[in-house]
Amino acid sequence: MNASNPANGASPLSGHAAVEPTPVVAFQNVSISFDGPPVLDDVSFTVGPAETRILLGPAGVGKSVLLKLTNGLLRPDRGSIRLFGEEISHMSEQALFPLRVRTGIVFQEGALFDSLSVRDNVAYQLIQQNVPDDVIDSRVHEALHFVELDQTFSLFPGSLSGGMRRRVAIARALIREPELVLYDSPTGGLDPITSTTIIELVMKQRDFYRTPSILVTHRLQDAFTLCTHRFDSELGHMVPLPKGHADPNTTFLMLEEGRLIFDGSLHDIVHTDNKFVREFLL
Amino acid sequence: MAIDTIEKTAKQIVLTVQDYSLFAHRAVMNLFRPPRYWVDFLMQCDIIGVGSTAIVLLSGFFTGGVLALQSASTLSAFGASNLTGRFVGLTMIRELGPVLTGVMVSGRNASSMASELGSMIVTEQIDAMRALGVDPMRKLVTPRLFACVTMLLFLTILADFFGILGGAFVTVFMNHQDGLQYFSTAWESLRYPDIVQGLVKPLFSGFIIASIGCFYGMRTTGGTEGVGRSTIQAVVFSSVLIIVADFLLTQILLSLLSRL
Repeated sequence: MNASNPANGASPLSGHAAVEPTPVVAFQNVSISFDGPPVLDDVSFTVGPAETRILLGPAGVGKSVLLKLTNGLLRPDRGSIRLFGEEISHMSEQALFPLRVRTGIVFQEGALFDSLSVRDNVAYQLIQQNVPDDVIDSRVHEALHFVELDQTFSLFPGSLSGGMRRRVAIARALIREPELVLYDSPTGGLDPITSTTIIELVMKQRDFYRTPSILVTHRLQDAFTLCTHRFDSELGHMVPLPKGHADPNTTFLMLEEGRLIFDGSLHDIVHTDNKFVREFLL
Repeated sequence: MAIDTIEKTAKQIVLTVQDYSLFAHRAVMNLFRPPRYWVDFLMQCDIIGVGSTAIVLLSGFFTGGVLALQSASTLSAFGASNLTGRFVGLTMIRELGPVLTGVMVSGRNASSMASELGSMIVTEQIDAMRALGVDPMRKLVTPRLFACVTMLLFLTILADFFGILGGAFVTVFMNHQDGLQYFSTAWESLRYPDIVQGLVKPLFSGFIIASIGCFYGMRTTGGTEGVGRSTIQAVVFSSVLIIVADFLLTQILLSLLSRL
């Protein structure tokens, strides 16, 4: 996790995200249902290199399902999903593992292994790959330092607070420097201060490593903070972008009853005529 | 309406049997392909084998004792109380040792496997494992399956041994009969087919306990209530299947071994 200086060029609010030729993730007409009406219906979108897509929508609208489809934890009934350029909709579980290793995911409640220490949780992939213990310890310390939880190295998840668990989950997702990060409501159920800490970490990952990501949230405040701030590596915290500017690579998706009803920039979402989006923003 | 319900239930049963067959097949085949998790296998051997030793020894010892108590009074009516050792030895080795051990271990371990894996499902730990590039079938199910099969064999031998000891205790200290006679009749009546029968059954029981426990754990839905439901299903189905399998195996082994 050696940080290089980020390029944090903010664009005017009206600017659209640049369309990249080879998307990291591409959904095309994806539908899925579980013994009932479709949870996702004909969903199409892409995530370009260095792009952060914020997936908005009320609870139970299919946001987490979409995230699990992205790295093949669920299979669509119809449509095509491409991850790192490879079609994964019909890929076998074994063939998916190498692609998943390139992807980091932060689950809604952290999903830490409660019988393992924080060290073993964060290093889970490295342990499976028989990496030497001293290398593991050093990498874990580095990852925990990134999420500012150095002191939790030997603790067990049961003794951590909800916010700390999410941060450990972020460290676990980032330890192998993934090429795509999926955040499933990383701030859900947390107090505002802890939520801000988590969003700052997401921003740090976006601005330091320029890792493409999909962030699921129903907290508008988090979404707008990500768009209107950047991480200042010298100050060590996030700072607001000049007034009227937004991060050009951070854009929005919005789901309503399984359908993608919005795909656009911060400017687009605040000026949209879509009634549902406007109600959601209020 | 009733026919619809019957049809739906029948389809559900067929689907469950199909899912279970595929699940068990995958769990077994994983042993022949890397990666193999030997550390997890040894840990499970400790949990299932060492952890179940006390209950298996106690239940074996007292079952042997009860057999001696019950048989002594019946046999003495025919003037054959000296055959208590033979009765207890054969019953423990051929039937009660394997079945009793299977049911005891099922109550302890099928439930723990179902609840452990079920909890991991509802807290997304299994999804996290898959997302981190580790196959939960290889990491969690296959080690449990082979540890359970291996350990059940040894636990059954222990249960047989302690059952015969329990019978000896009752024969010597409560029925005031000759201990040497008890052991010699028990030993002399034993044939290789009896031992084969007693050692084949735990292999199947071990397979049933772990595969059913893991199967219901891995298909848990419905939060913590679902974990409870999976645990009950795992214990009930594995216990019943052990007894059904015991009946079928006895029939098959008796016909096969009688030809030897």
